[in-house]
Amino acid sequence: MSPAPDRRAALPGAASGASAGPALELRGVSFAYESGSILGGIDLRVAAGEFALLVGANGSGKTTLLRVAIGLLAPAAGEARLFGLPAGDLGARARLGYVPQRAAISPRVPATVLEVVAAGRAHSPYGFFRRADRAAAERALGRVGLARLSGRRIGELSGGQQQRVLIARALASDPALLVLDEPTAGVDRASQERFAEVLGALNRDGVTVFMVAHDLGAVAGSLTRVLALHQGHIDEVPVAEARERVGVFLEDHSG
Amino acid sequence: MSALSLLWPALVAGMLVGAAAPAIGTFVVQKRLSLVGDGLGHIAFAGVAIGLWLGISPLAGALAVAALGGVGIDALRRRNPEEADMVLALFFYGSIATAVVVASLSGTFNVNLFGFLFGQVLTVTPAEMAAIGALALVILAGVAGLYRGLVAAAIDEEAAAVGGLPVRALNVGLMVLAGLTIAVGMQVVGILLVAAMMVIPVGVARNLVRSFRSTLVAASAVGAASAVAGIGIAWRADSAPSGTIVLVAVAAYALASGVRRARGALARRRAGEAA
Repeated sequence: MSPAPDRRAALPGAASGASAGPALELRGVSFAYESGSILGGIDLRVAAGEFALLVGANGSGKTTLLRVAIGLLAPAAGEARLFGLPAGDLGARARLGYVPQRAAISPRVPATVLEVVAAGRAHSPYGFFRRADRAAAERALGRVGLARLSGRRIGELSGGQQQRVLIARALASDPALLVLDEPTAGVDRASQERFAEVLGALNRDGVTVFMVAHDLGAVAGSLTRVLALHQGHIDEVPVAEARERVGVFLEDHSG
Repeated sequence: MSALSLLWPALVAGMLVGAAAPAIGTFVVQKRLSLVGDGLGHIAFAGVAIGLWLGISPLAGALAVAALGGVGIDALRRRNPEEADMVLALFFYGSIATAVVVASLSGTFNVNLFGFLFGQVLTVTPAEMAAIGALALVILAGVAGLYRGLVAAAIDEEAAAVGGLPVRALNVGLMVLAGLTIAVGMQVVGILLVAAMMVIPVGVARNLVRSFRSTLVAASAVGAASAVAGIGIAWRADSAPSGTIVLVAVAAYALASGVRRARGALARRRAGEAA
């Protein structure tokens, strides 16, 4: 079970993920809500090919950090970069797949599962969705085991199924970097394990993964890096140690 | 002279507006901005009054003011989301007040203005019909040209932004197209009811079909059919066409709602039998 981070350097896909800079980078990022400071001068580099997990207690600022990293929130100080470009750059974002914490899609939306997933490929606003978009969306749905539900309306699916649809949407654009915010919160154990397998396989194919979660969970075996967010700062936790202390180290780091 | 030879400009204009308004409405409703259409109608009213006052085409006045109003609402709503309803209210009532004041000052507070409030589709001339048709085509072309972006942003705006779509520009584009729709539709169903044609056919379609694409197509078909049926009934019954068109759409909604419930009951019964 020992990690072998070196194996990824030899993969062709890992090299293609690298461009002008690390896949994801925070330089001296601070962020504060009205209630107080939550991130204090964070430096973080996630290199192409890594599978990094950021853990932390509830309210530690994990989601805030992730939202700053992908340009959804502007930091009070410092900067966030994707592939060496500012996080707000549309070209950089087009190489990013994002899975939010919870399905934010209203059950009233008159869209099929296939349409929601194909929307993940809309990096350009022009024209109609094409056969290639549909095919990629079907492949992505197959990867999360929902191919048979592609024609259903999104609102008819269970919460866990909707979460898998969002993962498929992120995969549909063949991202170089996958950013996930507690993607399996509220998803049953079997789905979590299936999901961990998908992520592991993608990472082996060269996709960089940056995931925020409450604990290591089912992805423990695929991780190359574990980071713990605590009182606005990040600690590197050796992966082997993190695996041995699953469930224990969180308490240590949550003070 | 047969009814058709008299009515054809009205029928063509009604069909075009009936098809274009729900095409924009499908996106507007998804963003929970159903009332924006209504607000833009009020704003267009100010444009009509200003147009009549300046002696330019009321349609041009409505077009300019409604498009600007759409952009303005979007910008203010974004800057201060907690005050969004107040922003809309300010635009609504400020525009109506402007229209009334401008009309009273310019002495156009007359039948002319009244016609724009309640529509005047039966008096649409072939030239007006051509202008309405051209604008309706611009609206449909705008929806077709920006379809990917508009759909992605309507389904999940945040995910669309993260995926690299210029969501703000798309929202502005949608508001401009909505403003155009209002200005074009006001001649057919009037300022007070034009928003209904953006919203109600979408509600009908949403009850009947599953996908976004089918919703858009079905809503446009329902809108066009409501316009034709409404104008026909109004001609026979000598009722106001604008109100009749909207009542046909409301009846279609009630029918579609019943169909959805019946389908649901049938599916549950089948599931019960299978179990």
